[in-house]
Amino acid sequence: MAVASISVNESPLVLYALRRADDALILGHRLSEWCGHAPMMEEDMALANMGLDLIGQARELYSYAGKVEGAGNDEDRLAYLRDVRQYRNLLLVEQPNGDFARTIIRQFLYSAFADLYWREMMTSPDATLAAIAAKSEKESAYHLRHSSEWVIRLGDGTAESHRRAQEALDDLWAFTGELFHADDSDRSLIADGVVIDPERLRSAWSATINNVVQTATLTLPARDWMQKGGRTGHHSEHLGHLLSELQSLQRSFPGATW
Amino acid sequence: MVTAATSDSNLRKVAWAAAAQVADPEIPVLTIEDLGVLRDIAVVDGQVEVTITPTYSGCPAMNMIALEIELALAREGIAKPVVTTVLSPAWTTDWMSDEGRRKLKDYGIAPPQRGGGRRALFGEQQVACPQCGAIDTEVLSEFGSTSCKALWRCKSCREPFDYFKCH
Repeated sequence: MAVASISVNESPLVLYALRRADDALILGHRLSEWCGHAPMMEEDMALANMGLDLIGQARELYSYAGKVEGAGNDEDRLAYLRDVRQYRNLLLVEQPNGDFARTIIRQFLYSAFADLYWREMMTSPDATLAAIAAKSEKESAYHLRHSSEWVIRLGDGTAESHRRAQEALDDLWAFTGELFHADDSDRSLIADGVVIDPERLRSAWSATINNVVQTATLTLPARDWMQKGGRTGHHSEHLGHLLSELQSLQRSFPGATW
Repeated sequence: MVTAATSDSNLRKVAWAAAAQVADPEIPVLTIEDLGVLRDIAVVDGQVEVTITPTYSGCPAMNMIALEIELALAREGIAKPVVTTVLSPAWTTDWMSDEGRRKLKDYGIAPPQRGGGRRALFGEQQVACPQCGAIDTEVLSEFGSTSCKALWRCKSCREPFDYFKCH
């Protein structure tokens, strides 16, 4: 018998932490889906390792969200007992793995942002967020280096790897606009100087993307229409399927532990 | 008669000596003291409080380490210590002791280079092979058998080896 979803009182700080935690958990889960399926042993370990880093970051952020909310929701309840519409992650991170090129392009687009983002957040006056940022930025540096190297290898590789990488870039590009999303809730934190305005990172992010994409002989899509919705709980059909797997154990056996 | 202060400081010494013996479950030649994971031990009103820090956000060894600390202290008759994990300041390989670096190398893992921190995006670094000492080595994967290690290969003796990566 499944358990009901919890409700969360989303103050700006709670919502902020949940958005970042959901990004990390969902992308971490997607990477973990590669475990045992990657094209070579080294990549099996690399993708699982990065997934582990992201899930670790998610745990810290969920714990903090629960603590700030103060309603008894811990990391497990927040990860496992919210329904799909309560998830606040970027649409980018819930997109299916597809082939290896698609996973790498997704990872690259996210990591290029996360690396800049966490580095800037290290100076947050919120001690917990600053501490999480300081751990995360070291890890995102590896993730960015790894995915950048692969983007170059695939784009500047064979005709087939180039075609697949370009196709993934064309398809996923529309999900990158959300990286710079800020609404009234976030803006109150930005105004107080607690979190940074992601818009500030746009030119540095574009420079990294352009540099790697160019080296990879790939082409950035010309169209600039951007999809949105993830930050407000309007997701693609893929997230529900992902959550049904991620949450099945806790929903079926509430409070289960190893 | 001992004062509360001296007995507290004695208790702290005993607790530290016990906790410092706890080995990393993933790299058993290293103790958590060698790694710099054991951050602090305090005694507050007779209660022992141990502070540890994770090497990586998702390090699966942390729960095991906390449990091992409790067991090690229990063997010294110290019951129910509080083990707290802190993130700040973020752990760095620069905290690894010289003794720890030597033990790692003897175990066949190349120790982390000093002066951790960010490298250039595609920067190269030189890592000596822990088996033959040659510096003609190459990285196979930045991600090794555990979060803290990368997989390298020596082009001189042809052996693959783990490198405890700079962090």
